[in-house]
Amino acid sequence: MQFGVFTVGDVTADPTTGRTLSEAERIQVMVAVALKAEEIGLDVFATGEHHNPPFVPSSPTTMLGYIAAKTDRLMLSTATTLITTNDPVKIAEDYAMLQHLAGGRVDLMMGRGNMGPVYPWFGQDIRNGIPLAYENYALLHRLWREDVVDWQGRFRTPLTGFTSTPRPLDGVPPFVWHGSIRSPEIAEQAAYYGDGFFHNNIFWPKEHVQRMVELYRRRFEHYGHGAADQAIVGLGGHVFMRPNSQDAIREFRPYFDHAPVYGGSVSLEDYMAQTPMTIGSPQQVIDRTLSFREIVGDYQRQLFLADHAGLPLETVLEQMDILGEQVVPVLRREFAALRPANVPDGPPLHPAVLAADAARATVAPKPEPQPEPAAVAR
Amino acid sequence: MTAAARSLVVVSAGLGQPSATRLLADRLSAAVDRLLRDAGIEPRIEVVELRDHAHDLTNNLLAGFPSPALQAALDDVRAADGLIAVTPIFSASYSGLFKMFFDVVDRGGLADMPTLIAATGGTARHSLAIEHAIRPLFAYLNAAVVATGVYAATEDWGGAGLAADGSLVDRIERAARELATAMTVRGPRAPRDPFADATPFDEVVRSNAVSRATD
Repeated sequence: MQFGVFTVGDVTADPTTGRTLSEAERIQVMVAVALKAEEIGLDVFATGEHHNPPFVPSSPTTMLGYIAAKTDRLMLSTATTLITTNDPVKIAEDYAMLQHLAGGRVDLMMGRGNMGPVYPWFGQDIRNGIPLAYENYALLHRLWREDVVDWQGRFRTPLTGFTSTPRPLDGVPPFVWHGSIRSPEIAEQAAYYGDGFFHNNIFWPKEHVQRMVELYRRRFEHYGHGAADQAIVGLGGHVFMRPNSQDAIREFRPYFDHAPVYGGSVSLEDYMAQTPMTIGSPQQVIDRTLSFREIVGDYQRQLFLADHAGLPLETVLEQMDILGEQVVPVLRREFAALRPANVPDGPPLHPAVLAADAARATVAPKPEPQPEPAAVAR
Repeated sequence: MTAAARSLVVVSAGLGQPSATRLLADRLSAAVDRLLRDAGIEPRIEVVELRDHAHDLTNNLLAGFPSPALQAALDDVRAADGLIAVTPIFSASYSGLFKMFFDVVDRGGLADMPTLIAATGGTARHSLAIEHAIRPLFAYLNAAVVATGVYAATEDWGGAGLAADGSLVDRIERAARELATAMTVRGPRAPRDPFADATPFDEVVRSNAVSRATD
């Protein structure tokens, strides 16, 4: 099972100090989080894509290319790539290029985006959200699998004799997830292609998450990609930890109360009861995260929010250390023990990644007896 | 539910306890209950008092999801065979609380819903708010609104001949009969389950809506 962090890249004032990072500082925080993820043995770093303030990550492949050069094992991903307003031809090219530069350590997650004006800014109409996601992905899927594509659709200029370059590394396209919070149509799309389905459950009651994932699993089996319990599922997670849970709540409350994303609505306590948010001790986070499998079944990728809501970098890195030292090793062990043998322990990895992992395992024995958790999960 | 049963949800946006709005809602639902029973139908009536959900409605707008209690009320509405919606008239229209509730009902959740609209106000001068404000709202939501809307001004609760032509009691009876008939004729609704009914993707592909190879 893969564990990682995902970031929305928001520039939010720290409510305890009033300090707001510059865009330059915020971008460096995102990079620092990615490098920290590799350092502590996490498997995945995923960045959002946004085209409006207060978010900085408009150009994911530029950032992920930079991170690729500074890391060796980290999977680089997105949360999400806007399949509606990006040209699918450019997505095919950009992510294939990234895949080459990163030695196959790339997958990506398709999303529609929820900021209305982004559609007209990119010449699209939000009422076509689902048709755009369907048509653009259908084209992207072909561009990575067929060397020469003739294509005609509703939303972009037709292609005759087009070859997307570079071709995917070793002819194997990046693995794709489809992310959607509330559209059954996207769960259906993910199932049709046998791709992964990611539910960013962190803002949603579990009954809703359960129904979306159930639909995806049922349809994955219907389309002949395997049994329902073999479908590839990812979830979000949202945690803040201190050894004493009351300390965690006291420290996180001002961030919860002021971050725009929570809306200044319900109390932190109600929010924790109604969504997967867990503010407490590392053990509480372990217990809560393990309970996700009771909602969606055994799943393959768990991403945690790390940098957001104006939390200072030192705190974010501290939180990641707790995650890497006290939480993720336990979760790896417990999830692995519970998972039936026929259920994949992660999404498919590129052959180049598997080869690099194998080489690392034989050529570079660890100097210390402590096993590297990530290598075990892969 | 058997074929001869119907669920009726009564949404009341009254703020006082007791409130004239709830009083009107109860008179309407009692009349519909009686008429359905006369037609051999067993009604099951749920009352949603919006004042109980006022904080949750604000939270839903800000957080993006309903509390468990509000979700239960929304589920009742979605699964109903008929709806009575009653609001006080504030500043020439339905109250903000009333609108907030129908803002968070699932899109399509009221489609073809036999619906009776009603309102209360201090004077009869506001009675057309039913026609210029409430009826267009439910038309937008694709509800099947019955022809008679019932407006009760304070003065309607007393005075002139209770059962006279055009009196409040008369209007309640007429509107209730229209709703009971609509619920009887339409039969139990089958609310759409978005998780059961997502359009199969292979149909989307076959219908050429995704993309066409030019070769």
